[in-house]
Amino acid sequence: MLDLKDLYQEVIVDHNKNPRNFGKLESANKTLEGFNPLCGDKLTLYLKTNGDMIEDISFDGSGCAISVASASLMTEIMKGKTVAEAEALFDKFHHLITTHDELDIAELGKLAALAGVREYPARVKCATLCWHTLNSALHGDETPVTTE
Amino acid sequence: MNKPAVIPTDQLPSFDIERVRADFPVLHQEVNGKPLAYLDNAATAQKPAAVIETVDRYYREYNSNIHRGVHTLSQVATEAYENARERIRAYMNAESSKEIIFVRGATEAINLVAQSFARPNLGPGDEILITEMEHHSNIVPWQMLAEQTGATLKYIPINDVGELEMDKLDDLLSEKTKLVAVVHISNALGTINPVKTIIDKAHAAGAKVLLDGAQAVPHTRVDMQQLDCDFYVFSGHKLFGPTGIGVLYGKQALLEAMPPYQGGGDMIKVVSMDKTMYNDLPHKFEAGTPHIAGVIGLGAAVDYLEAIDFDRAAQYEIELLDYANEKAAQVEGLNVIGTAAEKTSILSFTLDDIHPHDIGTILDNEGVAIRAGHHCAMPIMERYCLPATARASFAFYNNHAEIDRLFVAIEKCVRMFG
Repeated sequence: MLDLKDLYQEVIVDHNKNPRNFGKLESANKTLEGFNPLCGDKLTLYLKTNGDMIEDISFDGSGCAISVASASLMTEIMKGKTVAEAEALFDKFHHLITTHDELDIAELGKLAALAGVREYPARVKCATLCWHTLNSALHGDETPVTTE
Repeated sequence: MNKPAVIPTDQLPSFDIERVRADFPVLHQEVNGKPLAYLDNAATAQKPAAVIETVDRYYREYNSNIHRGVHTLSQVATEAYENARERIRAYMNAESSKEIIFVRGATEAINLVAQSFARPNLGPGDEILITEMEHHSNIVPWQMLAEQTGATLKYIPINDVGELEMDKLDDLLSEKTKLVAVVHISNALGTINPVKTIIDKAHAAGAKVLLDGAQAVPHTRVDMQQLDCDFYVFSGHKLFGPTGIGVLYGKQALLEAMPPYQGGGDMIKVVSMDKTMYNDLPHKFEAGTPHIAGVIGLGAAVDYLEAIDFDRAAQYEIELLDYANEKAAQVEGLNVIGTAAEKTSILSFTLDDIHPHDIGTILDNEGVAIRAGHHCAMPIMERYCLPATARASFAFYNNHAEIDRLFVAIEKCVRMFG
């Protein structure tokens, strides 16, 4: 039987209540919206990139605890990362929340708290909305991202 | 007719909830280690054993195509199919079974009316009037039609408690209004709309009226001749019948004048290389092999509702809603969305800052199934500045204990995120 505490870990409840890097980033040179049409989750991602480097990142919008915590944790880890590093993290994170494979999750840091999502397939989209939005923004897409 | 007549409880035959629950096999199981409390009836209703067995029997004993076979099974299937049409006609009190068209669901029925009735009759300057509380299925087909014909789509606004602003109706109706398409009962708010008044006013202005009854038929009896609407649509799966089957009721004269929606087999009388003579009603609108099992199953659902004293069941649902409202009032931070004076057993709510999707997951863990989201009614969410709501919707097979469990689970959400 699934234990809800595995999904709503303390880190997630905390990041939902007090999301980090929340609010518009005035110095952003890339802005992209992400939608989850299924549940109405909506976020805007603000990025300040310098060449290949994510110098600063923030987000705002509304969503469930999983999507807000995921965006908060993602923005924390992304500061100072290169595009290639961001992509590698996305792959690993996606692997973490969609499979039961044994993974070396050290580099995911606090993002590992989202591992419980893999037991709730309906919630994977909540956790990945911000990541898909980041991915599109880094690749210069300008059309809003949707998870459908 | 919207609300069952209030009869003193002691004069009513008792509603045997345990017997009714026994009729629905799916209710008797555990989900996530807890007994299932199925409170997502507005999304789809569960099926009584009588419906499941009727569909099973069709496939086991007389599966055959209809309206074309000379062999025995085909005749049995045709008779079962057409008998179901007649029972559904009687259930809705339509004048003729020619007015009962089988479609996939309410959505297809509305699209049929948009394309076969409205498209040939509307043009620039004409207006279609809908409301701010429509399901997407009663918005998008009209937006598409407006695009196709140059007609204009207008909305009757709703107030803060989720009722139509009826005083605006007179201003919105004019000789330009060709069609008024209104939800009978709102799936997201539970509001029962004053449809008879709307129909009478629309007719006085010369407009035709379509009612979306998807959410109404599971909760109230509908009478086509008394309502006098031009079109009425509903989905079978919300009426305790199979998925993939629904009904379009249309007044015979209107249906006669409309071109077919789809071409194919069964909707024709004679086909030659250069032209086709269309079949009579209702077959003109039923191209191709229909969902035979679905129609027969829907007939069984209607029989079931006739047998359990549906009016008493509807009254019992209001008792459940009242009980849930009492409980809801005791939860700090719980906000009921949709508190119309005339309401059916739908409890849409938000809980402080807890997102409905998190509520849905936590409740599911307790075996309590509800809907979380925009309920395919995004304009309503926009109206109330909400991304989503949680929605518990009760059917006559739900009981007070399940509502108690709903609120125990809601308290758990509050503790978890509080």
